[in-house]
Parts: sequence; C-alpha cells; structure tokens
Amino acid sequence: MNQRYLIPLTAVFLLFLLAYAGVEGLGLQVVFGVLIPYLAIAAFLIGFVIKVKGWAASAVPFRIPTTCGQQKSLPWIKQNTIDNPSTSTGVFVRMLLEIFAFRSLFRNTKAAFNRNESNKLTYSFEIFLWVGALAFHYAFLVVLLRHFRFFTAPVPGVIQLLEYLDGIIQVGLPGLFISGPVLLLATLFLLSRRIFDAKVSYISQAADYFPLFLIIGIAATGIAMRYFTNVDIIGIKEMTMGLVTFHPHIPEEVGGLFYGHLFLVSILFAYFPISKLMHMGGVFLSPTRNMANNTRAQRHINPWNYDVPIHTYEQYEDHFRDKMIEAGLPVDKKE
Amino acid sequence: MADELTPDEALDKIDYSPRSSSEPRNWLDTTKSVQIRPGMYCYAAKPESVETLGLPYARNWNPTDEDWKLPDNWQEILHEGIKERLERFRSFKIFMDICVRCGACADKCHFFLGTGDPKNMPVLRAELLRSIYRNDFTFAGKLLKKIPGGKRLLGSREMSLEALKEMWYYFFQCTECRRCSVFCPYGIDTAEITIIGRELLNLLGLNIDWIATPVSNCYQTGNHLGIQPHAFKDMLDFFVEDIEDITGVDCTPNYQKKGADILFITPSGDVFADPGTYTCQGYLILFKYLKEKYGLDVTWSTYASEGGNFGFFTSHETMKRLNAKMYAEAKRLGVKWILGGECGHMWRVINQYMDTMNGPADFLEVPVNPITGTRFENAASTKMVHICEFTADLIKHGKLELDKSRNANRVLTYHDSCNPARGMGLLDEPRYCITSCADNFYEMPLNTIREQTFCCGSGAGLNAGENIELRMAGALPRANAVKYVHNKFGVNSLATICAIDRAALPTMCEYWVPEVDVIGVHELIGNALILPGEKERTEDLRMEPLPGVEEE
Repeated sequence: MNQRYLIPLTAVFLLFLLAYAGVEGLGLQVVFGVLIPYLAIAAFLIGFVIKVKGWAASAVPFRIPTTCGQQKSLPWIKQNTIDNPSTSTGVFVRMLLEIFAFRSLFRNTKAAFNRNESNKLTYSFEIFLWVGALAFHYAFLVVLLRHFRFFTAPVPGVIQLLEYLDGIIQVGLPGLFISGPVLLLATLFLLSRRIFDAKVSYISQAADYFPLFLIIGIAATGIAMRYFTNVDIIGIKEMTMGLVTFHPHIPEEVGGLFYGHLFLVSILFAYFPISKLMHMGGVFLSPTRNMANNTRAQRHINPWNYDVPIHTYEQYEDHFRDKMIEAGLPVDKKE
Repeated sequence: MADELTPDEALDKIDYSPRSSSEPRNWLDTTKSVQIRPGMYCYAAKPESVETLGLPYARNWNPTDEDWKLPDNWQEILHEGIKERLERFRSFKIFMDICVRCGACADKCHFFLGTGDPKNMPVLRAELLRSIYRNDFTFAGKLLKKIPGGKRLLGSREMSLEALKEMWYYFFQCTECRRCSVFCPYGIDTAEITIIGRELLNLLGLNIDWIATPVSNCYQTGNHLGIQPHAFKDMLDFFVEDIEDITGVDCTPNYQKKGADILFITPSGDVFADPGTYTCQGYLILFKYLKEKYGLDVTWSTYASEGGNFGFFTSHETMKRLNAKMYAEAKRLGVKWILGGECGHMWRVINQYMDTMNGPADFLEVPVNPITGTRFENAASTKMVHICEFTADLIKHGKLELDKSRNANRVLTYHDSCNPARGMGLLDEPRYCITSCADNFYEMPLNTIREQTFCCGSGAGLNAGENIELRMAGALPRANAVKYVHNKFGVNSLATICAIDRAALPTMCEYWVPEVDVIGVHELIGNALILPGEKERTEDLRMEPLPGVEEE
C-alpha cells in the first residue's frame, strides 16, 4: 500500500471520528457546531481573498495567450475568434467555455506507442477525464446550492426548482437527488485514476488524495443522513439558521453523524485557500487564457519595463567600419 | 552519429509507465548523480560568452562534475530570484499555485513521448520548481515543513544541490513549445515555467553554450552565428550568383539602405546553412520581383541581421537587449515598416513581446502593402508583418506570377512550428502560400498539426550536437506523423516556416524518415515565381533538374 493515499485516508477517517466522539462522548456540540464552522468560514473567506489579492498584485508584463486556432490577419482568412481571440468578447466566450465546459480538457487525448513493424504513435480521444471532471464539479455545485435550503427561510424559488430538477427521476423515499450519488461516483472515479493510472499515480501527492477523501467523506455522510438514518432535520435547520443569523443554537436531538459531516465540510473550507483547490479562483486569472492575442495591433504595457543596455549601431559600426567599407557596405562615418 | 543509438534501439527504450528500476519510487527523491547523462544534455556556457553581456557568474564548469562552482549564497540568490519573479509575473505565481496534477498534460510532451522519462511529463517538469516554491513561499509549505514528514504530504522540498541539478537538466529538456498548455484546463504553460526556470538558472551562470554563444554573437556581431558584416554580404552575393545561374536574373539586395520602404529581418540560419539558404534565395527572388514589377524597395541590414532571439531562452532581459536592434535599425534607416522572415520563436517574440518591451514604434507607419493596398491591421502597433502574411496577400490579389509546375516533383506536407502556431496562430497563411505554388499537398493527422503540432525536438536552444539522443527522441512524434503521410501519400517534402526546423528536421528525417526533404515555404515561392526577364529555368534552387526537364 502507498502511504501517499493511506495517510490522507486515515486522516479523514480520524477527523470524522474526532467530531463524532467529541459530540457523542464529550458533548462538544458548541465546538463542532458553532466555533469550528465559524472559524472555517472565516479562514475560507480571508484565505481566498488574500490569495486572489496576491495574484492580482503581481504584474502582467506580457500578453501571452496560448493561441489554439487561426489568428486574425488578412480579411479573407477566417479567424478562430474563440480559440485565438483578438477582442474582449472573444476572450469572454473563451473563458466561459473554459470555466463552464472545461474546453481545454475536452481536447484530451491518450497517446500510445505500438512497438511493432509500423512503430506508430497513436492519439485517441480520451473523454473520461473530461466527463469525470465535469460530473464532479457540477454535482458538487448542485449539492452546494441545494444546501442553501438550510440557510434560508423561506427557501427561494430557484433552490426549490433546483431540488425539483435534481430529484426529477423520482426514485425512492425520501426522493433521490441524483447529484449526491453522481458526486460520490465521480469522486471515486477521480480517486481510482490517481491510484491505478501509473502516470497520474506517480505525480500524485498526499495533498491530491486528501481533498478527494474529504469530499468522499462529506458525500458519504450526507447520503447516509438523507437516505439511511433518521436525522432530526428540523433540529438541523434550526441550527443552520442559527449559524447564518448569528444566533447560534444547539438542538438536542442532532447526533454525531451530522457533526462529523459538518466538521469535514469545515475542514474542506478551511483547507481550500491554502491548497490546489484555489484553481477555482486561479482559472479566471490565467494569462494564457484570459488575454486577447492582439499585441501586434494594440500595445500592451509592462509596468516594470526597465531600460537595458544594448549594443548600438554606432558601436557596431565602430567595431566593423573598415571591413564594412572594404565590402562596399554603407557606413554612417567614413573613418 | 555512429556511436549513438540506432532508431530501433531508441524505440526499444520507450515505455510510458513510470520507470521503477533506475528512478526513485517517489520523484521527490533525487538520485545522488541526478543521472545527467551524455546525449541528453548540452555543454555548459563558455565564460567568454556569458561575459559579453555582463551576465553573472561566468566560469568554466561542467554539468557532470560534482562541483558546479556555485557562488556561496546560491540558495539565497535563487530564493530572491523566485520572489522577485512571483511579483513580476502573474503567470508564474498562478502556475505555481493552481496545478491540480490531473495528468492531462502528461502524454502531450514530445520529450515524454520520445523518452518515457516521467520527469518529462510537463506536470513534473513544473513540479521540480513548484516543490521548492511550496516549501519556501506557501502557507501550507511553511507550516508542514515544521512537522516531521510534513514536506512529503505536500510534495515540497528544499533547494538542495541535487534539486538544482535536476531543474537544470530538465529545463534544458523543454523546448518551450506550449503544446501542454493547449490541453491544460487552466492554461498552465510549461514554456512560461521553463522560461522563468532558465532565467533563475542564469542568475547562477548556469546557461548552456548553445544558447550563450549565439546570444553573445548576436549582441556584438548582429546575428547568432557571428557572421561579420562583410561575410554576411559575401554569403548573400554567393546566393545572388547561384540565382543568376539558375534564372539569368541579378537579384542583388540592398544593405542598410536609408529611406527604403521596408526593412527585412530573417534568422541568420537562413543565410548560413542548407536548406535555409534556399529559402533565403526565395526571399531574394521575391524582393527582386517586387522591385522590378512594382518598385518596392526592401533593404537588409547586417546590424539587425538576426530575426531569432536566443535571449528569449536566457532571460526576459536578454531577450529585450537583443530584440532592441530591430526597432533601432528601422528607425536609423527611416523605413516605413518591418517585414520578418520565416522563423519560429522569433515570431513569438515579435507577436507577444516586442512592442511591449521595445515599443512604441511611433517612428514607423502602420504597415500597408503598397502593391495591394492592404493595411495590416493586425500589426498596426508593432509595425512588423510576417512574410507569409505579406506573400499570401500578394498572391490573393494576383500580384505574383507563379508556375506551380516547377514544384510538381514535391509531394508536400506542412509542419506548423510551435511558436507561430501556439504563440501567434499563423496557420492558414503559410498553407495558402504553399498550395498557391504547389499542387501536391497533404496534411499530417489532425492531432499533430495546427495548435496540436509537435515540436521538432530541437527548439529553445537545444539544437546542439552533444544532445542528439534527446533531440531524436523529442523529434519522434513529429517524425512519426511525417512517416505516416510519407507511407500513405508518398510525401517527399516537409515544408516549414522556421529556421530551427530547417536546421533540425533534416537530421530528424535522416534518422527517422529517410527520403523526406525539408523545405522552406519561400523556397517553394522562389521556385515558382516567374521573374521578369528570366531565362527558361531548367533547375530548381537546389540546382536539381526541374520536373519534366530530366527526361529531355
């Protein structure tokens, strides 16, 4: 077994136990139900802002988009306005597709080398990472948005609509929200890639497995509460409303499973800004994607563009004057 | 290459599953020797070349030696260097922070596909630097390094000598081609990381000679190859004689002509070595034609006689110092605008850096082709036009008389050079030029052209002799696609618009796909273009019989 995933797996398990035992054994409801969630949200917000401000504080000296299609040049040559945008509209569309449809990941191919008579390198369309990533992110988004039911009263229409759509297949009782199992399965898929794909396994650190196990833990405890155990949903809502209105309230009947779930969510929030999960913010600022390829048409300004010593024509001519004259090349000074 | 690997031996070595025998189980563990291996690395920069530009720590050193003769405070220099660049380059800071190691880039790199070395996966190449960044600059890294084993959890490590050597080895196994960046969901560009990585290495005088010496030459003599002004003229004179033999027309160019319409700048490689020289003859023929027919006055310059910019492979500052000559010379000569020849990284520099670094070029005019009236709006600020844009415009307006039959013996495919493809998007202009002067044209498979094109394996200053195993391994994906169209359509000519390609791809073809020639787009133009008053041509620019002539 590999400690790169055993350690994070154990850590997530212990974190859950900590909250469960802390509540069930020691009665630390206030710690796990009030104090830590508040701290986690604060850490998330402050950390996120610090990180984004840090990025924004760095200069963008050059306009360096990765161009993935035909440039704007002659009027009769068709430009790829999305993959090689020359206007901010084009950049906007490119970013929309990047952020909402993972366009670059969609291009993914799998290379294979066949050592035989033809010795051919082949590239096949590899869509599973794209599908898995898309399923994971959208399921997570839906789950997150659905949870706003716990923080709003009355529950807004959009959240109710989302719940309706999420539960549209109408299976089971309570009705199955498809986003839950999709999230769990997609996360398990991403995890299995990390473990079983030799290349991905080689590049993976504990820091890559930890958020996956954390999210698996969150999804699993959430699903357990909704479908397999009887949790005091009224009590939970009282508690979450208390948190969001800054009138914390600890209900009697809510048990350790919920506090375990909440604690894992808190850990995820607090961990977010100091980890690779910040790709959520960073993708918006990536200079190879969010800039137009129009540097030849409109000058881009580098805020720290300093003067540098150069070898001038005069120095050059001084160095080579005789040879230039002899070769019949024009010179500025004859001697 | 007698003592080098044969193609079969090279192919036997390819294995895309991370090696376990010689590699450590965890890539964070560097081996003592870092396995810097002959055939895979370039020789260290000669101190004289480093001194020309006054770059730091010029000295004799050898990559395979234990002692790299580093300054005592080298770790501090690097730490400060990283810190400064995190502030100067948002790209760097973002790319250090947001990689999720999804692995989408892993098998997109030609060096990985050719060597199977896991550290040639773009993600790991970047992680070499990221692991240091995490340790020294991130909250999590600073926290976790206090806990035993904490660094392992995050994948961070200290700036050790072994880690430095590894960075040196692998940042000089990247050609800054940006193919991985096309596939990255966040656009993380390994070229950017390599550029900054090399810039950091240069703070310690750790350049390679195949970059440092061209840079030194370019700075003082005007071009990478160190061709002095009189010799530059001699070489062009020699081409003029050849062209006269072939066509009967004298194509003598202008040098440093004040008040000419256009300044033309191309990589010195086109002047220096076959088959680039034939492309150079193509330019001379084109300019003669335009002069005779339309009175267009183009001048060359021996001072600005280098289109390429190996400073780009050294540091942003060095790039700026070399590039400055283009505008300086255009200003001195009082031309209207600048025309640039066929080159790869040259065009990334011009397209994405030049105006920002050395502009504004307010002493030049917005480029207008006086023959067609076309205003090059896309170059309105830099005032520099790519010769393929220029020629395509001329052809489209019917301004060039082309005889396609003179290229009838060429069954062509086209290799998109990395930088014009992914740092510019010059894709259809060269294709239009090719298909306007030749009939037999076949594309390579879609996954290997346009924005997904594969590097020649020798770009970004790695076109040396001593790293031939690396270069041939890196060229494998390109060669494999060439071989495919060679077998399927009988392709015998690989067209390209990059001087490094013209230097590197013939070696690649000889090694992987014999029977395929490398040819510049403007060599094809030069063959097809009917000069006013020319004699009946019997030979192409390579002085080989024209199609149809050999039977007579």
